[in-house]
Amino acid sequence: MRDAAAVVGLAESEYSKWGTLTRCTEYQLALEVIVAAVADAGLTMDDVDGFASFSNDRNEFCFVATDLGVPEVRYADLTWITGGGGACAAIGNAAMAIATGTASCVVVYRSIAMGQFRRFGRALAGDVQGVRPLDAALGFALPMGVLNATIGMALLVRRHMHLYGTTTEHLGHVAVTFRRHANRNPRAVMHARPMTLADHAAAPRIVDPFGLFDCCLETDGACALVLVSAERARDLRRRPVYVTAAAQGTGPRWGAGAWAMHYMPEEDYATGNTQRLGRTLWRSAGVGPADVDCAQIYDHYSGMVLLQLEDLGFCPRGEGGPFAASGALAWPNGALPTNTAGGSLSEAYIHGLNHVVEAVKQLRGTAVNQVSDAELCLVASGSGIPTSAALLRR
Amino acid sequence: MNDYFPPGLPLPSITEDTRPFWDACRRRTLSVQRCTACGAFRHPPAPVCWRCRDFAHEWVAVSGRGTIFTHAVVHRAFLPALESRVPYTVVLVALDDAPGVRILSNLVEARPDQVRIGLPVEVVFEDVTAEVTVPRFRPRPEA
Repeated sequence: MRDAAAVVGLAESEYSKWGTLTRCTEYQLALEVIVAAVADAGLTMDDVDGFASFSNDRNEFCFVATDLGVPEVRYADLTWITGGGGACAAIGNAAMAIATGTASCVVVYRSIAMGQFRRFGRALAGDVQGVRPLDAALGFALPMGVLNATIGMALLVRRHMHLYGTTTEHLGHVAVTFRRHANRNPRAVMHARPMTLADHAAAPRIVDPFGLFDCCLETDGACALVLVSAERARDLRRRPVYVTAAAQGTGPRWGAGAWAMHYMPEEDYATGNTQRLGRTLWRSAGVGPADVDCAQIYDHYSGMVLLQLEDLGFCPRGEGGPFAASGALAWPNGALPTNTAGGSLSEAYIHGLNHVVEAVKQLRGTAVNQVSDAELCLVASGSGIPTSAALLRR
Repeated sequence: MNDYFPPGLPLPSITEDTRPFWDACRRRTLSVQRCTACGAFRHPPAPVCWRCRDFAHEWVAVSGRGTIFTHAVVHRAFLPALESRVPYTVVLVALDDAPGVRILSNLVEARPDQVRIGLPVEVVFEDVTAEVTVPRFRPRPEA
């Protein structure tokens, strides 16, 4: 399906701190960005015949299609790839649906107003007394105070520090670089909040080795993208951004992911669980890491970005920290400008779908921190869990 | 009741597959599932062997000794019940006599700043309720 489908429309709501987007419901946000993304593509709701999302998005396609008067839905997908790992899987699934002729125009969306439901940084709610496999697994985490992803991912990053000498200052380079990108992005929640390495080091500890600025934002917002076939894309108003490759999956014995489960093989520990799907991605695209002009990498925690950079072959195993400290991730002069809108650490936490939006902007040439002549952008979704990644090109 | 945590943390969900583990904890024994066909240990408990796909298994009492594989110190109270309990230490313990098995737990009888990867530990059991006993780990003298 290389380059068979293209992103031709996108839209974002305003992004704001959790609890501050009060003008409408999370569901209305979803509807607004879907309508706006279809309009951005120069299409109408009569053209739309597919929907894809991820992570148990509450705004189910059947209500969306009903309320927007979509005449016929031919494809609807909510991926099983876990949580924020699912953003690129939803994009890849939409591209597959188009490549196979199952659908002709698929909208990928995610609306997540934490203030209206649940802050992800809080503990998982209540006793988990069901009999699902997940309930059984959580019984070996929650009673030990392993209550959210921050704790689970801190365990992975601590091991990485032990094995490779990664430091909290390395984590700081990730956080500060993305903050600088956000400071130039008026849409970013942290737009007006500069941060230095000293600020990062002085921040309150949350879960050691993570301080406050190593942890992503908790926000309200939504975004959507519209995909059609490459052939149809050429006749539309926006410059097409092709899905060159998409890959999804998980490695052996990763279970639901490191937010709760730590039983993967030792050689997988202190990775982001993206090394295998990374190889699939490069092989199916026929390109390698050196061909990439910029990257959007899921940054729920600063340290996890380092693990994904290694998994995906942008630097050798164990050298993610020095790679970040070298300035490689910084726009405009780094070797791999990364999270050029600020990412989840400093733009907004739309569960990684905003990373796809930023990749499309880069390839359209409309990003606020535009990488000159960007032709190929990598997007990686959540790490340390079953996840996905995609390569987009113009 | 004596516990590392004040009341208010979630209790484990005890299912058909996990009940023998939790029952053994109440007897102050750390018990791990092992495939009777190929001998592979597995945790958390599951109906089938991940290595040979045989459904037959046994429960093996282990020594409860292990080493800390990784750790995290939790400074933020993610539940109201924990406000007076932070910071606390989460550890992932690799068990000495069940190859490949790691257990998420807490380091007791030690300050958070005493935790380190490679620290030898041994299991202790804490009664959380009349029905639930949870394994925690404490430092043991270097062998």
